[in-house]
Amino acid sequence: MNWGETVRTALEAIRSRRMRSSLTMLGILIGIAAVMLTVGLGQGAQAQVRDQINQLGSNLLIVSPGSTTTTSGIRGGRGSASTLTTRDAAALASQVVAPDIAKVAPVVTGSQSLTAGATNWTTNVVGTTPDWLPVRARSLTEGRFFTPAELNDAAPVAVLGSTTASELFGGRDALGQSVNINGTAITVIGILNTAGSSTTTDEDDQALVPQTTYGSRIASSGNASGISTLYIQATSTESLSAAYQETQKTLLATHGVTAAAADFTISSQQSLLTTATATDRTLTVLLAGIAAISLLVGGIGVMNIMLVSVTERIREIGLRKALGATPRTVRRQFLVEASVLGLCGGVLGIVLGLIGAQVLPHFLNQPVTIPPLAGIGALGVALIIGIVAGVYPASRAARLAPIDALRSE
Amino acid sequence: MSTAAVPYEANSTILQLVDVGKVYSTGSVKVEALHSVSMQVARGEYVAIMGPSGSGKSTLMHILGCLDVPTSGTYHLAGEDVSTMSEDALAHVRNRQIGFVFQQFNLLASLPAWRNVELPLCYSGVGRAERKVRAVRALERVGLGDRINHRPGELSGGQQQRVAVARALVTDPALILADEPTGNLDSHSSADVLSLFAELRDQGRTIVLITHEREVAGAAQRVVGILDGQIDTDGQLALATPSSLASLR
Repeated sequence: MNWGETVRTALEAIRSRRMRSSLTMLGILIGIAAVMLTVGLGQGAQAQVRDQINQLGSNLLIVSPGSTTTTSGIRGGRGSASTLTTRDAAALASQVVAPDIAKVAPVVTGSQSLTAGATNWTTNVVGTTPDWLPVRARSLTEGRFFTPAELNDAAPVAVLGSTTASELFGGRDALGQSVNINGTAITVIGILNTAGSSTTTDEDDQALVPQTTYGSRIASSGNASGISTLYIQATSTESLSAAYQETQKTLLATHGVTAAAADFTISSQQSLLTTATATDRTLTVLLAGIAAISLLVGGIGVMNIMLVSVTERIREIGLRKALGATPRTVRRQFLVEASVLGLCGGVLGIVLGLIGAQVLPHFLNQPVTIPPLAGIGALGVALIIGIVAGVYPASRAARLAPIDALRSE
Repeated sequence: MSTAAVPYEANSTILQLVDVGKVYSTGSVKVEALHSVSMQVARGEYVAIMGPSGSGKSTLMHILGCLDVPTSGTYHLAGEDVSTMSEDALAHVRNRQIGFVFQQFNLLASLPAWRNVELPLCYSGVGRAERKVRAVRALERVGLGDRINHRPGELSGGQQQRVAVARALVTDPALILADEPTGNLDSHSSADVLSLFAELRDQGRTIVLITHEREVAGAAQRVVGILDGQIDTDGQLALATPSSLASLR
């Protein structure tokens, strides 16, 4: 009996027990769909986080004040005091000290109320340098960014995020308009492109001013040179680790501390990504594990039904053997039958999974990204489950002696 | 009743048993089902094996049908020694050399008549188109040419057994082995099936029929009586009256 024949026989056997076969397949179907969706949800969440972190710019190192790496005693936690200054930024910007650093953008931020005419809008005001634009990989839709000269002069100019601009000026052109920040009249010279919002900050709702302007005119505290974050762009992806070393060395030197007592933290996009996706991954593994168990139960269902089928069809097996079926042929017939059950369940599971991937985001507000290879993988898993579940029943059928099989009532 | 050995020519012998014994062991208990059975069947013979329940005739039928192997002695079927064959080789012999007809018909209920008949051909690797042609021809041969697409449930008992006979014929086997073929049939259908066997005998088929009914055995030319695992009688059934034979034909 050739393979085509065997498959046809298996399909006939499955079709002749429609209800039971569908219920058996349901186990595999639900398992496959559940695994696909949980993996898809996990991948979707990770992709979302990755996008947000990549949005920060490329080849980026982020230095924040304070240290969370306590080895002895209690030290200032992250953000408890601003230990970074504009001097640090100037030192790092030097080509001699740090040849692998392309650009440095110090950032100082604070929440401020912006007033334009009768309209009031509270947003994040960011004091920075002209390098902010390339480092954060942003561009302008209108106007221009502030110049080094304006930075030197602490000029009263600002670049607004698109959301901020529309909140303050509605449909009107914001360019050239005046905004009052903390009592200072500031002219709008540019509008940022739209970047979308990350989980923590709305990248489209902010007002950028020269760092000097922020320190001297806007900030309420007297610390004109204090900054909250340093964005450092390495010259290339390859020099990222060299840039990291240089940053660390330089900052330790300017702060006059040892590595063990560092009062700053350097993180890369990669480390941010790792931290941010770690919880997502744990959750995905957990959920996929539960889904895999349901798949396993589905597999046991296939094995169970195949055993029942062998017992029920004991006379048929005996007859087939009497008519010339070898043990191998009988084993193959039942193996193929179990595989077809697994495979059909798998195909339907993939269909359900793909439908779920389209429908689920509307209810969960979470993207579902099903990797292109997941379908093939799921199909393979379903097939393997069918085969594994079929081995024992099939070998039982193959071992039956034809006389015993024919005799049974 | 004569038990004298009939001289058979070697080239016309289809099956030959020499000192065949079968012992079933269940733990420490040994049951001797057959003891030193020797017999020959020539090509074209119609032989009935008769015996009461427990006589060993089922064991003999299983050995003749290559469904079981003897524990001692040799069995040659169509020139091959099958008593020492592997399971796979036996399956092959069953497929090519033997056509089975069972008491329970053993048709697959989900398949139409012709699919049941083609089943042995599936296992001998015959192509689909040829299988159908041969299955239909075999069904025509047993007078069911107009029932090829009927499922077993749509056929009478006698018709179902004729489908089974067609299935036994389809591989053109050396031996047709019928195990109580009329055991589940009414007298009319029994006569029907037995007359089919008589026709096949007339066409030169070798038929071995196992039964415990005298009337059925009477349809054969030669009756081998089995008792307590040994051949008791071998020859014409003396008690089969011409009238009872006539009624069966």
